[in-house]
Amino acid sequence: MVSGQVIYEEEHDRLKDICDRLVRDALAKAIFVIDTDGQLVTETGETEDIDTTNFASLIAGSTAATGGIADMLGEDRFPVHFHEGDQNHIHVSVIQDALILVVIFDDRSSLGLVRLRVKRAYREMENVLNNMQNKQEDDDHEEPDIFDDISEEELDDLVNDTF
Amino acid sequence: MSFINYAQREIILKIVYYGPGLCGKTTNIKHIYQGTNPDARGKLVNLETQQERTLFFDFLPLSLPEIRGFKTRLHLYSVPGQVFYSKSRRLIMKGADGVIFIADSQRARREANRISMEDLKENLDFHGYDIDKIPFVIQYNKRDLDSAMPVEELRQDLNPEETYPDYKACAIAPEGPGVFETLKSVVKQILRELKKTS
Repeated sequence: MVSGQVIYEEEHDRLKDICDRLVRDALAKAIFVIDTDGQLVTETGETEDIDTTNFASLIAGSTAATGGIADMLGEDRFPVHFHEGDQNHIHVSVIQDALILVVIFDDRSSLGLVRLRVKRAYREMENVLNNMQNKQEDDDHEEPDIFDDISEEELDDLVNDTF
Repeated sequence: MSFINYAQREIILKIVYYGPGLCGKTTNIKHIYQGTNPDARGKLVNLETQQERTLFFDFLPLSLPEIRGFKTRLHLYSVPGQVFYSKSRRLIMKGADGVIFIADSQRARREANRISMEDLKENLDFHGYDIDKIPFVIQYNKRDLDSAMPVEELRQDLNPEETYPDYKACAIAPEGPGVFETLKSVVKQILRELKKTS
């Protein structure tokens, strides 16, 4: 097992289920779960026209900047923020400083409905996150080692074949 | 801190370009973008001021071939180099798997290089990293300029014990000598580190 953030299949599927339900209940266009370092964990809804990798990185950057502002004002964090556009709006919630839940919605829904539905999803995602962190701390938890038997030559080839 | 998603069979590695203002961090990333197969690269994002100075960060996603069935992706970030953007630099360093320090070879930027290196060490320390443990490479950029200091002097300032791999580069040149060598070096260090901890 390597160090760092790990998303296991079971928790990924649970997060995906919560998002699938949230997108329906909140009448949202799309939902994203992103880790605070900018990597996309899961997504659902109308995401095909969005460059999801760049979206995740920009949301994480914006959330980090908002956290920096909170810090300057003596707040621990601004756990929820909202961007209102002409047609699309974004509701962002930070879960335990580890995950960012992003809900994109339009005028088929409303901020009130999104906030209400996010509250429930938020609590469920906290549980998943706790489970994931416990699993990561559990030395006995077995997942296949990706780098276990990889040779130095393979690592060289991997890099040289790309650039 | 690598990111492994077992459900998506994906590994994501974050590499940050650091260095003083106008040293060539964005130029390095743009050269990598232009020199990489379109199938292996995503969209390049530049969050910059109207004067084309980096305001928050540059971002470029790249794909490596699969490792044991896992898609491996590199996320390249650059920090804003100007001294007053220290808060932003600190935010961007979070979760970095490897760091590339771009030094400006011009004698007039000698002090700026030193200050930026100290700033990097402080920001690494803030996130609990040790510069001697995290994959780290130095690049001496702008080697084509007449005002460039000899590499030995730059090394004396920034890498006196030759602890870190270092490369000469000219990122602005069409062929960008040294740009890909620097990136490859830090990627290999990260992959070796992952192998060690697996």
